[in-house]
Amino acid sequence: MSDWLLPVSERLLTPGGLGIDDLPGLLGELAGPGIDAADLYFQDQVSESWVLEDGIVKEGGFHLEQGVGVRALAGEKTGFAYSNAITAEALRQAAQAARSIARSGGRTPVEVLARASFAPLYAEGNPLDAMSRADKVELLKRVDVATRALDPRIKQVTVSLAGVWEHILVAALDGSLASDIRPLVRFNVSVIVEQNGRRERGGHGGGGRTGYDYFLDQDRAMGYAREALRQALVNLEALPAPAGTLPVVLGPGWSGVLLHEAVGHGLEGDFNRKGSSAYSGRIGERVASPLCTIVDDGTLANRRGSLSVDDEGTPTQCTTLIENGVLKGYMQDKLNARLMGVAATGNGRRESYAHLPMPRMTNTYMLAGESEPEEIIRSVKKGIYCANLGGGQVDITSGKFVFSTSEAYLIEDGRITAPVKGATLIGNGPEAMSRVSMVGNDLALDSGVGTCGKDGQSVPVGVGQPTLKIDGITVGGTGA
Amino acid sequence: MSEVEGIGPQALPGLQERVAQIIDEARRQGASACEVSVSLEQGLSTTVRRGEVETVEFNRDQGFGITLYVGQCKGSASTTGSGPQAIRETVAAALAIARHASEDTYAGLADAALMARELPELDLYHPWQISPEQAIEQALTCEAAAFASDPRIRNADGTSLNTHQGCRAYGNSNGFIGSYCSTRHSLSCVMIAEADGQMQRDYFYDVNRIGQALLDPTSIGRRAAERAVRRLGARPVPTCEVPVLFSAELATGLFGHFLAAISGANLYRKASYLEDSLGQVLFPEWLTLDERPHIQRALGSAAYDGDGLATYAKPFVENGRLLSYVLGTYSGRKLGMASTANAGGVHNLFVSHGDEDQAALIRRMGRGLLVTELMGQGLNLVTGDYSRGAGGYWVENGEIQFPVQEVTIAGNLRDMFRQIVAVGSDVETRSNIRSGSVLLERMTVAGS
Repeated sequence: MSDWLLPVSERLLTPGGLGIDDLPGLLGELAGPGIDAADLYFQDQVSESWVLEDGIVKEGGFHLEQGVGVRALAGEKTGFAYSNAITAEALRQAAQAARSIARSGGRTPVEVLARASFAPLYAEGNPLDAMSRADKVELLKRVDVATRALDPRIKQVTVSLAGVWEHILVAALDGSLASDIRPLVRFNVSVIVEQNGRRERGGHGGGGRTGYDYFLDQDRAMGYAREALRQALVNLEALPAPAGTLPVVLGPGWSGVLLHEAVGHGLEGDFNRKGSSAYSGRIGERVASPLCTIVDDGTLANRRGSLSVDDEGTPTQCTTLIENGVLKGYMQDKLNARLMGVAATGNGRRESYAHLPMPRMTNTYMLAGESEPEEIIRSVKKGIYCANLGGGQVDITSGKFVFSTSEAYLIEDGRITAPVKGATLIGNGPEAMSRVSMVGNDLALDSGVGTCGKDGQSVPVGVGQPTLKIDGITVGGTGA
Repeated sequence: MSEVEGIGPQALPGLQERVAQIIDEARRQGASACEVSVSLEQGLSTTVRRGEVETVEFNRDQGFGITLYVGQCKGSASTTGSGPQAIRETVAAALAIARHASEDTYAGLADAALMARELPELDLYHPWQISPEQAIEQALTCEAAAFASDPRIRNADGTSLNTHQGCRAYGNSNGFIGSYCSTRHSLSCVMIAEADGQMQRDYFYDVNRIGQALLDPTSIGRRAAERAVRRLGARPVPTCEVPVLFSAELATGLFGHFLAAISGANLYRKASYLEDSLGQVLFPEWLTLDERPHIQRALGSAAYDGDGLATYAKPFVENGRLLSYVLGTYSGRKLGMASTANAGGVHNLFVSHGDEDQAALIRRMGRGLLVTELMGQGLNLVTGDYSRGAGGYWVENGEIQFPVQEVTIAGNLRDMFRQIVAVGSDVETRSNIRSGSVLLERMTVAGS
């Protein structure tokens, strides 16, 4: 049970002369004829970033954002307004605007708010304060010096550290009340190397809902730096990637971007309610090879994509999306769950108080299979091994998706051989997933760097997968 | 502290006063120099879908940001708060960062002598008195036209009318202060066509500083429907090397990549394949890229740049030759050059073109791929390597044959820019970059 209601309300409500007891009355402003649901979302977010470049800590930034979003729903209609000021007057004005969408029907005011019960998945302390500014600067400088010492071919090193501390409080007309305190930290290293006039870049990083100490544990910060350098050096030797349809083996971890694009977005409740997804109306059907079991799990402690409770006050859960290739369920927020007659799955997320919640992923990954990774590679005569990916994108209606490689190799006669340049791969979600012919026993989650964009809103997410093989997918290189 | 009320020119003196107050507070707390921007924005966004209202959103944002210096050390902070306490705390946060940042010889405001003095009036502010009901009405009309135009339009993904107005003021401790109001209105329509078990989506939109100047809702809806229906039956083509024609709305992105590659920030970081390329011929000799920042009512227009320098018209590329990088004060100093008044970007970039429209370019291409859709971010600016997901139309004998999807196009920007065969007269006007369709000699298309 989270006991953060007091500190959260003191931070969000008290300065504007409000308290928890005022919330039923304020929700009452939203209730009335025509309104099926409504909520108030209070948020306070402090964030900072520090950047080292050219060997010096050039700049840092601090950002403070606070406000309340007011939403009223009538059938499929949503009215929404927000304010930077958290006062009774500002809330009433926003409520009036938000409820202007309703014309008929009805829901009565709420009298008592019941606090959501859930186990916190992260500590509530402010990550920004847990390390002094001098120590943050020192950490960046230390990583820079140590990285440059690793290889004379390094021409540029950029190191960045960022942290967010967020308080949220959500109260809804259905009587639910939830609060959460969320830390989020991230560390990134980018290097540019040069050899014989050829230049390449490599980058790596990690983080999660934890404190900056995480980067000191197990020498993680330097681990990111070594990995960034390794990738850059590999790319110095890269040949043009082939062009055409080939078998592709994806390495474990961050390659789960594949699932995020090929499967995840298409299983978000809003698209399926609207019938606009290639997966619409296909629950119970086979949509992937029987080797594929894919879940969205918001309950992993300290993970970047995790939330103790979502932005609508629903505790997160582990939702099975695809089980042995059969479509089991969608990810739902409250609106789409209500309209589709199913339960919310704790996937209602929003970028901030100034944005409307919608169904979003948390940590999306495929469960481990039975093959040894080496056996998977050995099975390929000519193909591509993707060790690391960049970003991806999907058109959920046609099912087309892309992802780009940032570290990839040729597979020739069952062996990984020459590195190939970054290329975009394109496929159709259900088709590509039905061509998954081997799944490894080496499930790994990513290091905590994912950000997902949808309708202009960004939220932190996680991905993961074991090594897997897709029998054929289009590789967008320039070579033969 | 004066509270800023409604948005409009009447709000500007109040915003400028707030900038001055924040600069004073920064000096009081010990900053040796600083720059401040303050904004106030308001908007209405309505979306309809299948004849019903889906969302009505009222936006109202305010905030300010400060970058300050203690000697050569820099710190920044921003907030959505207002009032004296928010100012004190935000300045203090920026100062605390500056006190821990490293000395940077190149850091600091632009020289006082370079600050813009006279600011042209650009006529960017045209508030649209449209009620939520009227906005919904326009969106419904637009979507209804889309549904009515073809029986294969069976679903919709939302038609939105957005109207936005904002006021901004920027000032620095080297004596510059500027402010302006602007508006931006748009109507967009996303439709889904279905046939033979395939679903395809496409969209159309218009955007303008003046609401009444938007293309009429019926035309926008019809164009969206037409585009979605045309995608039906799309399929991959076999892997090949062929000429590629980028539609004008995508060609703007190609020149966006070019601007990124000649931007000071990427050059001094050694993160661009165009380092040390000043004076080189990078395009065919007939091609010119020039910036025109003072066009009345244009979407990209600006009187001053992010450092307070007066923007001015100039070519970046003339006769195919690179004449100037895109520089702000800081990146200019890092490269030992003067700022080109492009801190924050380029304002209205024009790509020179011939007099052939897209249909003529398709005929000229003969056989190849017309690209109307791109997916993913497969661009490496360090090497210029380019590989992206694509969709469009297969062209044979100078005519469109069938829609294409699930292919990639790949090449290297250095070759792609040199191999531009023609730029069309069908100039995209909804973008900060104005280009016609672009025909490239050859790219690798990967498919089935």
